[in-house]
Amino acid sequence: MTFLIQQTLIYAIPLMIVALAGVFAERSGIINLALEGIMIFGAFVGVLFVRIMQGNAGILAAKAAGDWITMQGFELLAMLVAGVMGAIFSLLLSFASINLRADQTIGGTALNMMAPALVLFLVRIIANQNTLQMATGDSASWFMIKKSTLGIDKNTDLGFIGETFLNKTYIATYICILLFVVLSIILYKTKFGLRLRACGENPQAADSLGINVHKMRYVGTTISGFLAGMGGFVYSLTTANCTANGDVAGFGFLALAVMIFGNWKPLNIAGASLLFGLFKCIAAAYSSIDINGDGVYWLAEIGISSHLYRMLPYLITLLVLAFTSKKSRAPKAEGIPYDKGQR
Amino acid sequence: MKEKLSALYEQDGTKKVLSSLISIVIGLLVGGIVVFIVGLIIPKISLSGAWDGVRIIFAGIFSTGRNTTGMLTWGFNATNWGNMLFRATPLIMTGLSVAVAFKTGLFNIGAPGQYLMGTMVTLMIALGIPSTSVPAGIIWILALLGGMLAGAIWGSIPGLVKAFLNINEVLACIMTNWIAANIVTWMFDISNFKNVVENTKSGYIYKTTFNGVATPKLGLDKIFPGSQVNGGILIAIVLAVAMYILINKTTLGYELRACGANRHGARYAGIRDKRNIVLSMAIAGALAATGASLYCLSGNTEFFWSTYQSLPAIGFNGIPVALLALNNPIGVVFSAIFMAMLDIVGMQLTNLTAYNEYITDVIIAVIVYLSAFSLVIRLWLTGRKNKKSKENTAAIPTQVKITDQSPDAVPETEEGGEEA
Repeated sequence: MTFLIQQTLIYAIPLMIVALAGVFAERSGIINLALEGIMIFGAFVGVLFVRIMQGNAGILAAKAAGDWITMQGFELLAMLVAGVMGAIFSLLLSFASINLRADQTIGGTALNMMAPALVLFLVRIIANQNTLQMATGDSASWFMIKKSTLGIDKNTDLGFIGETFLNKTYIATYICILLFVVLSIILYKTKFGLRLRACGENPQAADSLGINVHKMRYVGTTISGFLAGMGGFVYSLTTANCTANGDVAGFGFLALAVMIFGNWKPLNIAGASLLFGLFKCIAAAYSSIDINGDGVYWLAEIGISSHLYRMLPYLITLLVLAFTSKKSRAPKAEGIPYDKGQR
Repeated sequence: MKEKLSALYEQDGTKKVLSSLISIVIGLLVGGIVVFIVGLIIPKISLSGAWDGVRIIFAGIFSTGRNTTGMLTWGFNATNWGNMLFRATPLIMTGLSVAVAFKTGLFNIGAPGQYLMGTMVTLMIALGIPSTSVPAGIIWILALLGGMLAGAIWGSIPGLVKAFLNINEVLACIMTNWIAANIVTWMFDISNFKNVVENTKSGYIYKTTFNGVATPKLGLDKIFPGSQVNGGILIAIVLAVAMYILINKTTLGYELRACGANRHGARYAGIRDKRNIVLSMAIAGALAATGASLYCLSGNTEFFWSTYQSLPAIGFNGIPVALLALNNPIGVVFSAIFMAMLDIVGMQLTNLTAYNEYITDVIIAVIVYLSAFSLVIRLWLTGRKNKKSKENTAAIPTQVKITDQSPDAVPETEEGGEEA
């Protein structure tokens, strides 16, 4: 059960934060189809940053001394760098869709094609292979919080809660949850959030009240790019052993589906991403899931092909969308370039 | 003469071609600049190496390798030209697929999935029917039709959910892509078409020549010796012309375009919009799958069956092909050949320099990015002309039009420009 919860969280957290990224863009009126591409780019930048910093003497000394606070700070710094670069990358989309009033779907698709191409081009030149790895060690030994890092003996039992949420976890998970909560409150309870949402619903009315629609849309898309870039690095850190290979296995698109399923509302999105995280987790690790701890791996024993489990997240997404699409209500002005003359 | 040129410039079609050419030039420039900057930063690439990279990006199709002194040599390389046409064949089909869906206002990003389903059914028919009992020609036709049908069915799924459940077709297409990738892997995993004869090739399916089925060369291998080109390119061109006629000259095509221009307006005019959306996606799916069939049936391609983690790039590249051609089926032929040329350029880069083929994907992405605001470029072209001649009578081209541009100007100018 502990394993199941931890694995589900590992898949659900990037989905959740990237789906929130989608919300910020779409609530301001820009369809951010480029989430996948920004994730790929963010993952690459984060891994490259970790790789370069691993050559730094101070970091190596801290690692050797077991200074876990520095190590966690290092992880947070990498997340920040990935987020900032993701935000910069997303400016390409903002510029095309806000200033040049381009087709946002095509612009997003362009970014989705650009990111893996650019990343693979650079990775191949840097590493002479198609995967960029950490310079030394793996993400578990460098960044994972274990009992030993907290100074607790390996054999102590921390109880169910402790074992699940303190042992073998990443600080990134908790930072993402914190960010998710804070940003959701900002979106709903502050003046800024109200203005942002107004630009996605009725930009003409917002403009008439003195809100700069272009600026708000830039801000929304940039926050979106930051979160997606960071989410991309968190994905690569927790599920891909801190490597970048120009692919995040369709997570950006799954996040879009989560966002639509969650009806563009943070609380629903959190629930939806947990559900999808569970399915992703089952798909990835169905043979080693022991639900009630009696040593029987029944998911593996009922003899369903592994191919079906892998297909399940996408199949469920399609079915869920089919059943919820009648009720879903997208921001009214999303995808429509803002034209001052059109009232 | 000058008047004629000016009249040509005034035509809407000319501006469309010009805006595509501008996108191509900017795309190539960005590629060249990236290659040059990377060459300056990375110490293992010398300045002359960077310069070689830039030259290959612009003229890789004319490259014939390096001579004994290590200098790049240039000339007509028949093998490369033939391979370019061979690679253009599936791209024409996926480009047509995306273009036809665009005409109905649908963004068919599901071409990779449709392509995979076509691959699966085609290969299963081509390898499953023993050529000892059925003539190879009939198997070839059956395999092609089977692939088409599979693609049509797979393509109609996003169409159905779009028409009846109002699910965004982009999301539905992406989900069906991944489902297709898993189904194809699953089906080949339990099939007995895996290549067990050559033991280093166990990850691949047999070539169709294993069963004696292959597309006839139709003498093209005499023109381009040493290349993989075959009759498939001619079939693709014929289908492109057929699509042009279907879209522009038939009632069905008119209805499809009307749905794309304004779905509600079309319904008000008595056009069955839901039927047309499903039909458009089915046609798009069939076209993408035909590309897969033509590619597989060439007989010298191998399919890596464990594909559940990746989608075929040929499917996605149908999007830039269609965008660059501005959804004109005839234009698709030329833009697909251009994309295939970039493919060859990528191979030359990998073989001859320290760079790799992914830079061509960057170039393609830049072109897609620019075509997102091709309207702005076209407006700019119009505005420049207006300022020059001090006229302001020229009509501003609108993005969605039911009446199509004058077709006569399009192929001529595109041919001259894009082959260069």
